[in-house]
Amino acid sequence: MPDPSFLLIQCLSGLTYAMFLFLIASGLSLIFGILRVLNFAHGSFYMVGAYLTYSFVSYFIDVPGHFWLAVLFASLSIALIGGFIERFFLSRLYIREELNQLLFTYALVMILGDFAKIIWGTGQLSIPRPAVLKGAVQIFGQYFPEYNIFVISLGLGIAVLFWLILNRTRWGRIIRAAALDREMVGSLGINVNWLFTIVFAIGSWLAGLGGALVAPIAAIVPGMDVEIIINVFIVVVIGGLGSFWGTLLGALVLGQVISFGILILPRLAIVFIYILMTVVLIIRPWGLLGKPLRR
Amino acid sequence: MSKQNLALLILIILLALLPLTESRFYIFLGTDILIMGLFAVSLNLLLGYTGLVSFGQAAYFGIGAYTCALLMKKASLAFPFAFLAAGISGALGALIIGFFCIRLTQIYFSMLTLAFSQIVWAIVFKWNSLTGGDTGLIGINFPAYLDSNTRFYYFTLAVVVISLFILRKVVDSPFGRILTTIRENPERTEFIGINVKLFQLIAFMISGSFAAFSGALFGIFNHSLFPDLLYWPQSAEVLIMSLLGGMYNFFGPFVGAAIMLYMRMLVTSYTQYWPLIMGTILALLLFFFPGGIVGFLAKSRIFTRRAK
Repeated sequence: MPDPSFLLIQCLSGLTYAMFLFLIASGLSLIFGILRVLNFAHGSFYMVGAYLTYSFVSYFIDVPGHFWLAVLFASLSIALIGGFIERFFLSRLYIREELNQLLFTYALVMILGDFAKIIWGTGQLSIPRPAVLKGAVQIFGQYFPEYNIFVISLGLGIAVLFWLILNRTRWGRIIRAAALDREMVGSLGINVNWLFTIVFAIGSWLAGLGGALVAPIAAIVPGMDVEIIINVFIVVVIGGLGSFWGTLLGALVLGQVISFGILILPRLAIVFIYILMTVVLIIRPWGLLGKPLRR
Repeated sequence: MSKQNLALLILIILLALLPLTESRFYIFLGTDILIMGLFAVSLNLLLGYTGLVSFGQAAYFGIGAYTCALLMKKASLAFPFAFLAAGISGALGALIIGFFCIRLTQIYFSMLTLAFSQIVWAIVFKWNSLTGGDTGLIGINFPAYLDSNTRFYYFTLAVVVISLFILRKVVDSPFGRILTTIRENPERTEFIGINVKLFQLIAFMISGSFAAFSGALFGIFNHSLFPDLLYWPQSAEVLIMSLLGGMYNFFGPFVGAAIMLYMRMLVTSYTQYWPLIMGTILALLLFFFPGGIVGFLAKSRIFTRRAK
């Protein structure tokens, strides 16, 4: 029986990863809920967000608090890129079959992946953790990085904030209404085209934010786009595409499964993850907390 | 003999004459195109004919490739038996996976095919003692009697021509027509007394077995196998080939595979940024030629036959 404090640290690492998954997956889920587009390029937005953070950090290096500025600028740039792509390209494909939209976002994966290689090279980049959060806290005799604690609290904070926006504001009501019946929302005088663009930009911003925040604790490398998107798919499939709480649940489950799976059965952890995804799809295709898709 | 059959016959003769160029480059490219062309056409039985957007076709390709290679390498089974076993394993894999997938529709269907193919990938990736895992399976040799690039090219050509002939017969048969009916309207097909799920499952198995044959050829052709072959972007690539050529035409996916592989060969000799160019082409295609290249030509009446 391993030391309980060790298990706690393992659990917290899983929670940190879960928060990244939640940030990124909630963006994907939001976009799918409203636009009914499964965005393969969501992982690419995450990757470019991380690369941009690297660039902004080097650019602002003399400014105090440069990491936070970089996070802000990088994630907002991704929101702009996302909004631009939706407005000028994706929106033209809504009248077509789903496969066309899916493949367009896959084309973006290829294009953005190579752009990243051209701009930032194929090597491994990294940035230091921000000065304020360099330390580690002691939990029952084990050390745990302050930065990870910050990520966990920020993730939870954003979850609460999003819930409040979705359920307590006028904008949230419009978004929830559009998820149910976009034509009705349009006929009530809401500009649905702009709503779609804004939702896509917000969703992309979340991916960019995830990338920006992961930059100090992960290697920024080509290929991180394809790797994250599959995990994000697993999260939304387990929790339910388009479901807010489902996404949180899916992220928590996957985070812990990865964290403990690697500890207990390193060989089988990865197989187990996909089996979990498959079982959920077979039993409840719309996810544990989602609702069946209506057309 | 109809005009189209005549054209096909001429094409096959031309392909058979290809090794006379004695160019290693063209024989290599030709073999590659034939293999991937068969893979794309096998996918299109689901995609274009039955209306099932399978996102996990790489699984059957990989199952076939690994079955054939492992039987030859580890069980020292003669090539013809290993090759047949590959096709059977592909069909069995498709039976198991398809059994669950056909119960779902829309995005859930695609997601489940993706999930299953990732399970197969993860098993191949992690089962080091059998598959070699990440380091791959190397030293898969041509059987003695096919031991030259030209001989293997002819063998591939024969397998692909026979396979396409069978697949063509399948889609032109009453069975194939029912698949198209299912694509157009599954509910109504059910109403006229057809067991939609059974037909979809059989289509899955046929598609899976031919994908497995093409995978088996691929493994021997490359003398090596890596788990990347089963990773999900491989499934996306074959989807793109089908779309590029045109999924509402029997030969569309084959043409798509040929164009894509030829372009890749050209582009990669100038730049390593092939995905950038492929992505751009794909985006342009989606916006301007939604029917794919063959679909576009068909509209301009060069080809008149559409997948019925």
